[in-house]
Amino acid sequence: MTSVIRIAAVSKRFGPSTAVDDVTLDIRENEFLALLGASGCGKTTLLRLIAGLEQPDSGAIFIGGDNMTGTPPYARPVNMMFQSYALFPHMTVADNVAFGLKQDGISGAALTARVKEALEGVELETLGTRKPDQLSGGQRQRVALARCLAKRPKVLLLDEPMAALDKHLRERTQLELMALRARLGITFVVVTHDQSEAMAMADRVAVMEAGRILQVAPPRELYERPANARVARFFGDINLWDAAAAPRRPHPAGIVAIRPERIHMSRTPGSDTVCEGTVADVAYLGTASTCFVTTTTGLTVRVLVRSDEGAPPFTPGERVYLTWPASAMMALDP
Amino acid sequence: MIGTAWHRRIVLALPWLWTGLFFLLPFAFVLKISFSEAALSVPPYSDFFAYAGGAIVGLKANLANYQLLLSDALYVKAYLSSVKIGAIATFITLLLGYPMAYAIARAAPQRRNVFLVLVMLPFWTSFLIRIYAWMGLLRPTGLINSALLSLGVIDEPLLLLNTPFAVYLGIVYAYLPFMVLPLYARLEKLDPALLEAAADLGAKPWRAFLGVTLPLSRPGILAGCLLVFIPAVGEFVIPELLGGPNTLMIGKVLWSEFFSNRDWPMASALTVVLLVLLVAPIMLLQARREDAP
Repeated sequence: MTSVIRIAAVSKRFGPSTAVDDVTLDIRENEFLALLGASGCGKTTLLRLIAGLEQPDSGAIFIGGDNMTGTPPYARPVNMMFQSYALFPHMTVADNVAFGLKQDGISGAALTARVKEALEGVELETLGTRKPDQLSGGQRQRVALARCLAKRPKVLLLDEPMAALDKHLRERTQLELMALRARLGITFVVVTHDQSEAMAMADRVAVMEAGRILQVAPPRELYERPANARVARFFGDINLWDAAAAPRRPHPAGIVAIRPERIHMSRTPGSDTVCEGTVADVAYLGTASTCFVTTTTGLTVRVLVRSDEGAPPFTPGERVYLTWPASAMMALDP
Repeated sequence: MIGTAWHRRIVLALPWLWTGLFFLLPFAFVLKISFSEAALSVPPYSDFFAYAGGAIVGLKANLANYQLLLSDALYVKAYLSSVKIGAIATFITLLLGYPMAYAIARAAPQRRNVFLVLVMLPFWTSFLIRIYAWMGLLRPTGLINSALLSLGVIDEPLLLLNTPFAVYLGIVYAYLPFMVLPLYARLEKLDPALLEAAADLGAKPWRAFLGVTLPLSRPGILAGCLLVFIPAVGEFVIPELLGGPNTLMIGKVLWSEFFSNRDWPMASALTVVLLVLLVAPIMLLQARREDAP
């Protein structure tokens, strides 16, 4: 696969703080890439660097093979959907969509047709004469999307596209975005702080922290083979222990990790019991419960117990025996 | 609650009371005087009401002042000239004020207040003193001419004072803050993401300005223009002190009718017409603004 965007050793500082620190990343053609990280990790700055809204202090960004250093945002073949959507409040929905096309010199019947096509693509063809303040949050998001897609960009950049939507709408929009990507066959780069969103939508996820990329991999790989403890912590629930204190010590140093769902918990000891302990707390999650077990050695272990395992649910204070295969344990750098 | 309803009524009544006491009531007097005739009496105009045996039996309203006002070319020319001077001065103020307001709105937040104070600083000195200062600067022996003469740029003093140029200069100088402040208030609220979105969609900076910044600052432009145009049209001090005898503005005509000719009814009629001339376009603009979202 060829890379449509190449970010080569890019750094960006704002005063004393480094927002993006020597990042190198290839974004492949037609892929759905998520930039994932906590707020302030530099993911939005990286997106703005690609869009040309910021210029890198060092390094270079290539789009479609062309060096974009010094190229202003209006001359780049990418379009960005802003977190606030940034719809022009004084223009109708149709005029908002037409704005970008007019900049390319498209006018008359061709313009009308492209606007209609873009609005149909997001099922808003009947709302073309409305102003943005007459729309719901979800509709506004779709106008912002249509405004970008009307330009037929090589790459669509989305800054926290779901942040302003409620949970129900968020899931629907996730599916819509994935369907849209499949239909249009363009590259999507999405900035998000929500790991479940990133995992659900993206082909690959780049996990960022303090301006650096910790790991870039498909979601399954990130979950099953995190590069280090920081990535592991970001993706779902995990037990992270100092190797010296861990039961069934597989490694002498560093951090060992095990996912709560890989641990089996029972009320009776078995030949393969690794450790025993007392249930301290139970958090019921619906399909499963997370049990917090304090072992006899004083370690806290999170165990995921599926609700359909048949046995009566565990309650705090119960004596339990834990086991897991040695292969479930991962040795990680901190 | 009864108390709240009472509070609300008082709060609503205050602006009405203010308008009534300090605008509507005096204006009613002016309107009344405009329908009477000048007379050698105290006060110097005829009675509006006809009396018989201590009771009002009728009105002695006459429209002679308004007829004269429309038929005498001097008055019509004075109105037109005032509107022209006011409009041109407002336009120049807008051209100067917009970039200023834009620059302040785009400055670092901690520096904006400094700039705003600088814009308002001249108000801490008396308006009249500042206009006198301009006379000192502009007169043939004034600072500007002396400097240019001593630098050898000119051979004889430029005629600056008592020219239309001086009137425009005075109005623009005096009213610039009234343009800058409402424009700034509007531009400061403009979401920078909108301009970024425009650039991202392919708009070069000047097209982003024309397509996004300018239309979104229109309410500020209207407010600023009204705040400059209205006082500029009725301006008396600036044309009197800087414009010299040849400047024709309605404020000067009004002053001479009132103080030189002691023709209170004519001066009143001039005031009423000026007010109508100014209020009509403002109400039109207001109606248009309410149409726009």
